[in-house]
Amino acid sequence: PPRPASAPPPPGTLASQPAMAAAMLLRRLPAARPPLMAATRLISDSTAPLTIETSMPFTAHIVDPPSRDVATTPAELVAFFHDMSLMRRMEIAADSLYKAKLIRGFCHLYDGQEAVCAGMEAAITRKDSIITAYRDHCIFLSRGGDLVTAFAELMGRQVGCSRGKGGSMHFYKKDANFYGGHGIVGAQVPLGCGLAFAQKYRKEDTVSFSLYGDGAANQGQLFEALNISALWKLPAILVCENNHYGMGTAEWRAAKSPSYYKRGDYVPGLKVI
Amino acid sequence: SASAAARSVRVARSGAAVRPGGRLVACAAVATKADAPASEAASKSEGHEVLLFEALREGLMEEMQADPTVCVFGEDVGHYGGSYKVTKGLADMFGDLRVLDTPIAENSFTGMGVGAGMKGLRPVVEGMNMGFLLLAYNQISNNCGMLHYTSGGQFKIPLVIRGPGGVGRQLGAEHSQRLESYFQSIPGLQMVACSTPYNAKGLMKAAIRSENPVVLFEHVLLYNLKEKIPDEEYTLCLEEAEMVRPGEHVTILTYSRMRYHVMQAAKTLVNKGYDPEVIDIRSLKPFDLHTIGNSIKKTHRVLIVEECMRTGGIGASLRSAIIDNFWDYLDAPIMCLSSQDVPTPYAATLEDATVVQPAQIVAAVEQICQ
Repeated sequence: PPRPASAPPPPGTLASQPAMAAAMLLRRLPAARPPLMAATRLISDSTAPLTIETSMPFTAHIVDPPSRDVATTPAELVAFFHDMSLMRRMEIAADSLYKAKLIRGFCHLYDGQEAVCAGMEAAITRKDSIITAYRDHCIFLSRGGDLVTAFAELMGRQVGCSRGKGGSMHFYKKDANFYGGHGIVGAQVPLGCGLAFAQKYRKEDTVSFSLYGDGAANQGQLFEALNISALWKLPAILVCENNHYGMGTAEWRAAKSPSYYKRGDYVPGLKVI
Repeated sequence: SASAAARSVRVARSGAAVRPGGRLVACAAVATKADAPASEAASKSEGHEVLLFEALREGLMEEMQADPTVCVFGEDVGHYGGSYKVTKGLADMFGDLRVLDTPIAENSFTGMGVGAGMKGLRPVVEGMNMGFLLLAYNQISNNCGMLHYTSGGQFKIPLVIRGPGGVGRQLGAEHSQRLESYFQSIPGLQMVACSTPYNAKGLMKAAIRSENPVVLFEHVLLYNLKEKIPDEEYTLCLEEAEMVRPGEHVTILTYSRMRYHVMQAAKTLVNKGYDPEVIDIRSLKPFDLHTIGNSIKKTHRVLIVEECMRTGGIGASLRSAIIDNFWDYLDAPIMCLSSQDVPTPYAATLEDATVVQPAQIVAAVEQICQ
């Protein structure tokens, strides 16, 4: 029951408004549900192989497109759904926290793009490297990060993944080869090609994924890094997550050619969706 | 302190450098001339004579031999041998994967160096001219300088960024820049400036071994300085200043090429009866306030002579640091001689007018010591 405004706060509780707002917010969020039982009709955890045809054909640039048939299992699909739902809920919660001014500065959300990192993780290992720009919360999760560490970082706490010193745009997880988390659009792509260089230098037999958006696709340093990577034959894969907006400007007003998969010119490209 | 004295090289009157214990180690560097007489001291000492760019190469080569993660990124560093020959022969020795010829793409190859550093390599990134690294300013500032912090300490970036800068001989405005003043504010970055073959090799090795990102400033006009350096391996402390000439009347703080203008002025000053103490600060960030402070406590007068611009230069920061720390020891206002706040002109007479000349240094000391 609400305490009268004139009463002193009980010992050990915070009297500040934001803390109370946070507490009320947490009470409103539904508790995590226990996993559904295997006997339920609607959801299967079977590990029997299953082949699914992707909804759209791939469009390829100077390479043969992969098969549209993907081998998976019901259990794996459920896991994808679980992970992606978790990511979605996390991002919406972060949105609410941001509007409540408990997350400050910038907060770039990945809701709608969850399938990209979920699908990537299914095909690679933690020895491969991933680097992205500032829309990094869910990739941190998919690389093995946990919710508490993520939210702690968003709210500037010491137990955050960057000890509260980075914030939303600077999530990293070195032990999982997740290299962040970068604020300046496009700057992560040369870094990512540098990771690929180190992989080749050390003969690690792994690859580096440099994620960027349709906005960053127009950055010169991306083409520079692509050229060097192609010249030196680096194990670098550049992944364009096209959400059709570069900051606030629509794609068609910023890019002469929206065929980002072709922009590598001499570098093979694939349009996934 | 005693350890600082033991490490810094005292310069005796003859111009030869003497370590405590009397063993002659190196002579003061002189510009290479066909008819330059070898000093008596030089012919008797051990060690080998090198030009400054060769000293840099020796340091780099030794570190590449000792540590397989050290690699070099830069334009023309490999097959061409380096535009100032600092990397000459290294591609043959270490191969194309360790000495990498990059396209002309400073922003991206600097970023790639940072990425490689994040993953455990130790790249040495060369800017063909330091001025070109302005194109990589974002990578140097946000990624190289700050990633250690923004990742909460997860990543270290043990990069060395090096290259020639400073005002040359009529190279034009865009090739005569002094980037130390632009970079000095970047948090997380360490900066050193070499000025002799001896300190060039020592600083190069120390910079490569450092876990911090270090910018090593070389000067276009100093690459052909000749000096005898030790045969045995040595490194220098990155954060330490170098006592060039002990004195009593005034502390002259300088670095890089201006060290030679100061020493030229010192000859005139000595003839006029002054006794200047000359310190090559070497460490541009952080300043060696220990050595500098001890000097100010002795002389009570400070002149800073630098090649970077007056506005926002190293001298401006140094002046502030001295005022903050040693105000009570000063008997006169700190004077700072810097280059003019103009683009460096092409014409030789105009170019000379924009940088500090020995005559100005002499006049400044006379004014301070009034």
